[in-house]
Amino acid sequence: MTKTELTNDSFYTSLQEQFSSSIISKEEPFGLVTIEVDSKKVLNIIKWVKENTSINYLTLIGGVHYPESERREFALVYHLHSLTENFRIRLKAFLPKEDLKIDSITSVFSGADWMERETFDFYGIKFIGHPNLKRILNEDSMDYFPMRREYQLEDATREDKDDTYFGR
Amino acid sequence: MGKVTLDAKVETIDGQGFQLTRLDKVIGAARANSLWPLPFATSCCGIEFMATMGSNYDLARFGMERMSFSPRQADLLIVAGTISKKLAPVLKKVYEQMSEPRWVLSVGACASSGGIFDTYSVLQGIDRVIPVDVYVPGCPPRPEQILDGIMNIHKLVSNESLRRRNAPEYKEMLSTFNIEAND
Repeated sequence: MTKTELTNDSFYTSLQEQFSSSIISKEEPFGLVTIEVDSKKVLNIIKWVKENTSINYLTLIGGVHYPESERREFALVYHLHSLTENFRIRLKAFLPKEDLKIDSITSVFSGADWMERETFDFYGIKFIGHPNLKRILNEDSMDYFPMRREYQLEDATREDKDDTYFGR
Repeated sequence: MGKVTLDAKVETIDGQGFQLTRLDKVIGAARANSLWPLPFATSCCGIEFMATMGSNYDLARFGMERMSFSPRQADLLIVAGTISKKLAPVLKKVYEQMSEPRWVLSVGACASSGGIFDTYSVLQGIDRVIPVDVYVPGCPPRPEQILDGIMNIHKLVSNESLRRRNAPEYKEMLSTFNIEAND
C-alpha cells in the first residue's frame, strides 16, 4: 500500500486486501474504526500496519473480561495512532478462557512490554514471546488476577463492614 | 535561689541550692519536647501535614523543627496517606530501622483503616503491619486535628517508662507484628 491519506474506509479497505480471512467484524463507534480480528493474526496485522501505513505509535493495550460470553470471555484491545496524520484505529481480539494465549507484539513495538505485563497482571493473559512476563503493578505475592469479574471489589480482609449496615 | 521550671508538667521539690525531681519525668519531658518526626506522606493527608509544618500552624513550636528523613535518627513515624499492599513491606522496613524509643502517628482515614479505598490493592490500615500509638481521623484531617494527635503523642511520650523496650508486654506486642525488638 502506498502511504495515501488515511481514512476509516481507506484503512479498512487496505487491511481487507491483505487480511480478508482474519477480519471478523468492523464497527465505527464515535467515528473510531474498530476491527475485530483473529487472535492468532494480531502480531502479523500490527506488524503490517506499522510497516505499510503511517500508523507508527501504539497508544495502549487493554484487556476486558466478559464472563457471560462463551468462548469469547477475554478481549484484548489495541489502540494505534498515526502521529503524522492524527488518525487512530482500534483492533480487538477475543480469547476463550481455556486458552488465554496470544502472540506478544514486543518485537514490533518495544513499548508493548509494560502494557502486556499490565494486561497479564490484571487478567492473566499470557503473551507468547514476551521477554519478561511478570507482574508490574500488583505485589509479586498476589495469587489471582484482580480485574477479572469473579471477585468482589471490596478487600476481603476488611472486618468493619457489616452487611447489616451496608444493605448487602 | 529561684525555682527553675523544667517543664510545666514536671513536678519539682525545691530546696536551698538544690531541686529534686524524678529522672523518668525529666527525660520524658525532654523526649516529648524534642521529637524528631519522620513524615511518611503519600497523598492528600501529606499535603495537610505540610500545612501543619508550615508557618501558620508551625509544628516547630513543639520542638519538631527538624524532619528526619532517615528512620535511624527519628523517634516518631508520621504515616499520612494511603498505603498500598505493595508499599506495606517498605513501611514495615522503615519502622524496623527506627531505634527505640519510637512512636507511630497514623494520620487520616486511609492510614488508619484503608478509608474509601476498600479494594484489593490497598492495605486496610497500617496497624496490620506496624503498631500504632495515636490515630487521627479525617479525610483528610485539618492541621488542628494533626496537632491534636501530636499533643496526644506528647502525653504518651512524657509518661513512658524509660526502658519500655525491655518490658515483656512491649516485646510481646511487637512479636504479634513479627517485628524483632531493637535494643
